[in-house]
Amino acid sequence: MSDVRTSAPGTPVAPPRRKVTLTVDGTETVAREGDTILSVCRSLGIDVPTLCYGDTLEPANACRLCMVEVEGARVLVPSCSREVEPDMNVTTDSARTRHARRMVLELLGSSVDLSTTPRVEAWMAEFGADPTRFGADVATVAQPAKVDNNLYVRDYAKCILCYQCVDACGEQFQNTFAISVAGRGFDARIAVEFDAALPDSACVYCGNCIAVCPTGALMPSTEFDMRADGTWDVSRQSETTTVCPYCGVGCNLTLHVQDNRIVKVTSPNDHSITSGNLCVKGRFGFTHVQ
Amino acid sequence: MDLRFPDLDPSPEELEALQSVLGPATPTEGWTREQGGPHRAAAVRHLLLPALHALVDRVGFVSEGGLTEICRRLDVPPAEAYGVATFYSMLPVDPVPLTTVYVCEDLACRRGGVPTGPAAEPGTRVVHAPCIGLCEQAPASLTVRSGPKPHHGIASMPPANGSVPQMGDPSLVLLRRIGTPPTLDSYLDNGGYVALRRALDIGPAAVIDEVTASRLVGRGGAAFPTGRKWAAVASQPAGPRFIVANADESEPGTFKDRVLLEGDPFALVESMTIAAFAVGAERGYLYLRDEYRSALGTLEAALASARSAGFLGTAVLGSPLAFDIEIVRGAGAYICGEETAIFNSIEGHRGEPRSKPPYPVEVGLFGRPTLVNNVETFVNVLPILEQGGNAFAGIGTGVSTGTKLFCLSGAVRNPGVYEVPFGGTLEELIERAGGLPDGRELQAVLLGGAAGSFVTPAQVNLPLTFEATRAAGVSLGSGVVMLFDDTDDLGDALRRISAFFRHESCGQCVPCRVGTVRQDELVTRLTLGRRRDGDEQLLRDVGQAMRDASICGLGQTAWNAIESAIDHLGVLQ
Ligand SMILES: Cc1cc2nc3c(=O)[nH]c(=O)nc-3n(C[C@H](O)[C@H](O)[C@H](O)COP(=O)(O)O)c2cc1C
Ligand code: SF4
Ligand code: SF4
Ligand code: SF4
Ligand code: FES
Repeated sequence: MSDVRTSAPGTPVAPPRRKVTLTVDGTETVAREGDTILSVCRSLGIDVPTLCYGDTLEPANACRLCMVEVEGARVLVPSCSREVEPDMNVTTDSARTRHARRMVLELLGSSVDLSTTPRVEAWMAEFGADPTRFGADVATVAQPAKVDNNLYVRDYAKCILCYQCVDACGEQFQNTFAISVAGRGFDARIAVEFDAALPDSACVYCGNCIAVCPTGALMPSTEFDMRADGTWDVSRQSETTTVCPYCGVGCNLTLHVQDNRIVKVTSPNDHSITSGNLCVKGRFGFTHVQ
Repeated sequence: MDLRFPDLDPSPEELEALQSVLGPATPTEGWTREQGGPHRAAAVRHLLLPALHALVDRVGFVSEGGLTEICRRLDVPPAEAYGVATFYSMLPVDPVPLTTVYVCEDLACRRGGVPTGPAAEPGTRVVHAPCIGLCEQAPASLTVRSGPKPHHGIASMPPANGSVPQMGDPSLVLLRRIGTPPTLDSYLDNGGYVALRRALDIGPAAVIDEVTASRLVGRGGAAFPTGRKWAAVASQPAGPRFIVANADESEPGTFKDRVLLEGDPFALVESMTIAAFAVGAERGYLYLRDEYRSALGTLEAALASARSAGFLGTAVLGSPLAFDIEIVRGAGAYICGEETAIFNSIEGHRGEPRSKPPYPVEVGLFGRPTLVNNVETFVNVLPILEQGGNAFAGIGTGVSTGTKLFCLSGAVRNPGVYEVPFGGTLEELIERAGGLPDGRELQAVLLGGAAGSFVTPAQVNLPLTFEATRAAGVSLGSGVVMLFDDTDDLGDALRRISAFFRHESCGQCVPCRVGTVRQDELVTRLTLGRRRDGDEQLLRDVGQAMRDASICGLGQTAWNAIESAIDHLGVLQ
């Protein structure tokens, strides 16, 4: 959160942020006002798992995998969004945090297809999560993938409802506002108006939603098709960085190449111009014209 | 980037209905976001929910053409507006008949079996609904008609005075005016506006001192000290502030606020005015659950007469105080009673709770410091100012001060809203309501609603105070006291509670969105004899995660009642 705030263009120079002393897992540490518990943990080398948190967006605070204990708080607190306070006493690994993480993984794993979500398998093992405990006949979000355009696929059977695509499409990056969360509760879903097809919406195919999707629910068609054919193989891919030639903005592109073919285009999250974002030409111009 | 709108138009009726909320059509061409569009959009976004209501009131549903027109007029992305409409149960996005009968299928109304309601006639649809706040009339239903004059087509909403068995009892404080006409003249004849005059006399700081001295705590469920909240809002840096009266009253088994709103509307208007004076707010919002159509009419009339008599407006009672109140209709979402979800709903966003901190007293409605109180909390301020905070604190137990409204329903002879000074026991309250019907024995009492807990017949000596219930590990919540007798099927009640939370979760966070579904599945399996190995432990595991890791009180309490029934009533044995 603090990173977003200080780097926002046009923000007046902020006064220096005050120091905050807090304790994390028994170690006293000094952070800056506005830092999140998560950023402090990461700077201390403490690995707190996150799913809905993306380092280029404001925390959505939705998955609740990153929960930690703060002394005096009645419930666990989300480390991705909670800012540090003086004398906070944080415990990242306790029976309570492990239970919450295990259950979040089991609840998600029993309702959503996490097969293309990085690191989930390792976390399941670490926290002893067994999503099959609920049985095979429970409610899930299983549904056919939406293949309604040539450029990317929306496979909402894999959607954990992290809100990141909505934020990226909306006011945080793209300002197109093509997609939103619709419905309520377990029926909540990412949709365009009246659950129409993407070509009937305001979508401009920038693919910035794909870039932030943590689960592979949103995927370029090239990758989706290759995975379906069983030919997608990250170990045979190389990455080349170049500057997008389509206009003068100067976006960095990372070309993912497999078997001499560009199979995906991304942009580094830490690139000062793009923060991971591109437009339709940069994102799809290469794979589509080959 | 300019917004893209589909090429769709509203019907003439829809256009007319929208113009009644949005004014005559103005061309939107030229309002790009670069040209100050976002500011205009932000300034009018709160009209989204009223505009959606206007469509539903007129034609029964939110059509594509109608939604698109709203979006053009308010500069709202269509996907977002669709996301808002589909958040609410009472804003259908598919064509439906003009008349809807909401048949309550919740705890009090299903005791004789799940109500079937009337057979659907042509032009009518029947919707099974969560608690509609008419529990004392169980089994209850509510008919809502759309059309040219929708507000006036409401049936089966009786006046509040049939709901107060103690009516006319001179010891009543909060309910003292129930049964008198809800007019300004009658209000003034019955002690109205004495408290506001005193407030204007003693000044804002002294008002807050009185409220603090009274030791009043919130009646909306969380029992937060009211004086502390008011002082916190009053002490914020200068600038606009708001107050919100939470009349969303959707906790199953709760109907006390409805009785106050229908039977004594000026009491809320007066007490909100006092609060505004105390904390320095110029504007108040009254967020009313949309099922309370009769209260809506009463309140609209009350606001109009208060305005024309100078009790609201730019110079309240000739003083420098400027204050007015706007009613915002909810649209069928229990979660919108949560104190931050209510802000999002009023602002025209999905009614999802915000993460705290920051707290409403600092960053609330429209990003400004905001005071949110329950209707009953507000109304308590009148006796506090009339008698003085210390005198008020003398009623009750010292910790729980004043009187409390309890909503008695279920297996009780005279269901209704009862007002008693704090300190009496559960048994005394049940006696006051006539006890159980002949030949019936008490099996359990649900205290505090679906988010509360069950207590056993052995606990009827429990004093109904905040301190005694807390010590017993239960809570008064919103004042629900629902009785179940020996013929009631508690398994059915548990399935209803789990279905309620599954239906009402906003869907934002995983522990609650998926947890309430798994809880519902497990409760169903466990209570219908389809138990599998490990199911009970699994249910406890889910419950603990919901309690620990959910964003808001809905998820955090969704397992309370079920846990208490398993642990104390032995329903799974
Ligand atoms: C899911 C949920 C629903 C709620 N619904 C209501 C409601 O309908 N009315 C209400 O007054 N408070 C409701 N509350 C409590 C409010 O969040 C808040 O605490 C209350 O309005 C504060 O007012 P008080 O201090 O006067 O009690 C709800 C809380 C939750 C978590
Ligand atoms: S591709 Fe771009 S415009 Fe389309 S939904 Fe994704 S972020 Fe929005
Ligand atoms: S589609 Fe991806 S980015 Fe969007 S909410 Fe689902 S998981 Fe998150
Ligand atoms: S606990 Fe439930 S209702 Fe509250 S924010 Fe999470 S999903 Fe929404
Ligand atoms: S990573 Fe913190 S709530 Fe999802």
